[in-house]
Amino acid sequence: MTVQETDNPVLEIAGLNYDFGKGPVLREVGFSVAPGRFAVLLGPNGAGKTTLISLITRLYDSRTGHIRVAGHDVKRQSGQALARIGVVFQQSTLDLDLTVRQNLRYHAALHGLGAREAEDRIDRELSRFEMLERAGEKVRNLNGGHRRRVEIARALLHKPDFLLLDEPTVGLDVPSRRAIVAHAHQLAREGGITVLWATHLIDEIFDGDDVIVLHKGEIVAQGTVDSVNKAAGGATIAESFDRLTGGART
Amino acid sequence: MTIAHYRRCFLGILKREALRFLQQRERFVAALVRPLVWLLIFAAGFRQVLGVSITPPYETYILYEVYITPGLIGMVQLFNGMQSSLSMVYDREMGSMKTLLVSPLPRWFLLVSKLMAGTSVSVLQVYTFLAVAWFFDIDAPWSGYLVLLPVLFLTGMMMGALGLLLSSAIRQLENFAGVMNFVIFPMFFLSTALYPLWRLQETNPFLARLANWNPFTHAVESIRFAMAGKVNPESLIITLSALVVFGALAIVGYNPARGTLARKTGGPG
Repeated sequence: MTVQETDNPVLEIAGLNYDFGKGPVLREVGFSVAPGRFAVLLGPNGAGKTTLISLITRLYDSRTGHIRVAGHDVKRQSGQALARIGVVFQQSTLDLDLTVRQNLRYHAALHGLGAREAEDRIDRELSRFEMLERAGEKVRNLNGGHRRRVEIARALLHKPDFLLLDEPTVGLDVPSRRAIVAHAHQLAREGGITVLWATHLIDEIFDGDDVIVLHKGEIVAQGTVDSVNKAAGGATIAESFDRLTGGART
Repeated sequence: MTIAHYRRCFLGILKREALRFLQQRERFVAALVRPLVWLLIFAAGFRQVLGVSITPPYETYILYEVYITPGLIGMVQLFNGMQSSLSMVYDREMGSMKTLLVSPLPRWFLLVSKLMAGTSVSVLQVYTFLAVAWFFDIDAPWSGYLVLLPVLFLTGMMMGALGLLLSSAIRQLENFAGVMNFVIFPMFFLSTALYPLWRLQETNPFLARLANWNPFTHAVESIRFAMAGKVNPESLIITLSALVVFGALAIVGYNPARGTLARKTGGPG
């Protein structure tokens, strides 16, 4: 079963296994995400979410199964696949001693954007996240919420088909968290970008989202919020999640 | 992936390294003070103790300060290579190495670019050191300063590649003490940086053999000959071979399929 049956999924994973030598971390993981969908990868801490994201982004490699991004196999066509992904990691990957604009220019260069095009896109993305006036400031001077906005703006610079965010609201205060969650949903709704959002926080899921529940390295449910509730027998996604994971939410 | 993409990516990495270098002035000062302390204090003290006979490439008796200058240049590059390796461990812990690794160009190209950017910084450090040394009458012929430039890129790349290899294997930031004890000190003292090989040979032939196998010895000798405006083909070839071996192993280390990266950074989450 897949989150949404489609002929051209943006993300397609099948038969994925992974272990660190101390027992399996991921077992037979498989799902796909259709274009323009906001999919939530929901799992308690230690479920294997970060490992899965490291495999999608080719930081790790799995001998079994396959991962395709926009039709490109991440193992065989890693360059094409990575060019289509925008990533926001759990820990900030911004250079604190450089300015916001310098950080974004670096990313643009890594993705081969020309100087003028890069500047245009930097201005556009920073404006979208209301950060343009902070472009000349060092990242060190920004608060956590603003750093996250910069990271999402950066992940969108090369116009990816697919935005991957690994617990991006960790450590943020409630208003910043709400703003980031709303922004990301808006990107999928209005920008047509496909989003995979990893989290263990139920309140980051909106009604229209797809949900993939990962527990102890296995997918225990996937589908729309309604279908997951129906399958798990919960009245709400929180209740379903508790049933599916034995109340392992942390 | 066009040629323009590769060019922009390389320049982007170079520019970031330059910006970081400008931000970290204390690192630059430390890199300059360290060899100057050796040159102006240690060498002055040891001038009378260690007599150096005429050894190639020198054609006359030389002052001890002149003898150890190439070794100190090697030291600058060795520290730079190790420091950038540790900054990569730090980067990886803090995550900014991930930004590089998840970008679309081939990983070997990204790592070689980073290596070249780090080496450019070390070359700048060396010429600044030589400029200060010049005021203390430690100088080379103009041809020496010119021949030195390509040689410094080679030796700097070799030491950077060693650092890159270590960074793919070291997990934690605190291991700088380990790197000092097990890499920097043995490489530096077991080389021709402070004394010629024949002196070591007289005292302990086994140590002399080890020093002869040490790629740092050959980096120092390449620098020594270059500063005299000469070429030492044997040392250059050994330095180049060491660069190829360290570089290849580092690229394997950073390869997700074969490397140590997942094991070193890993943990379920």
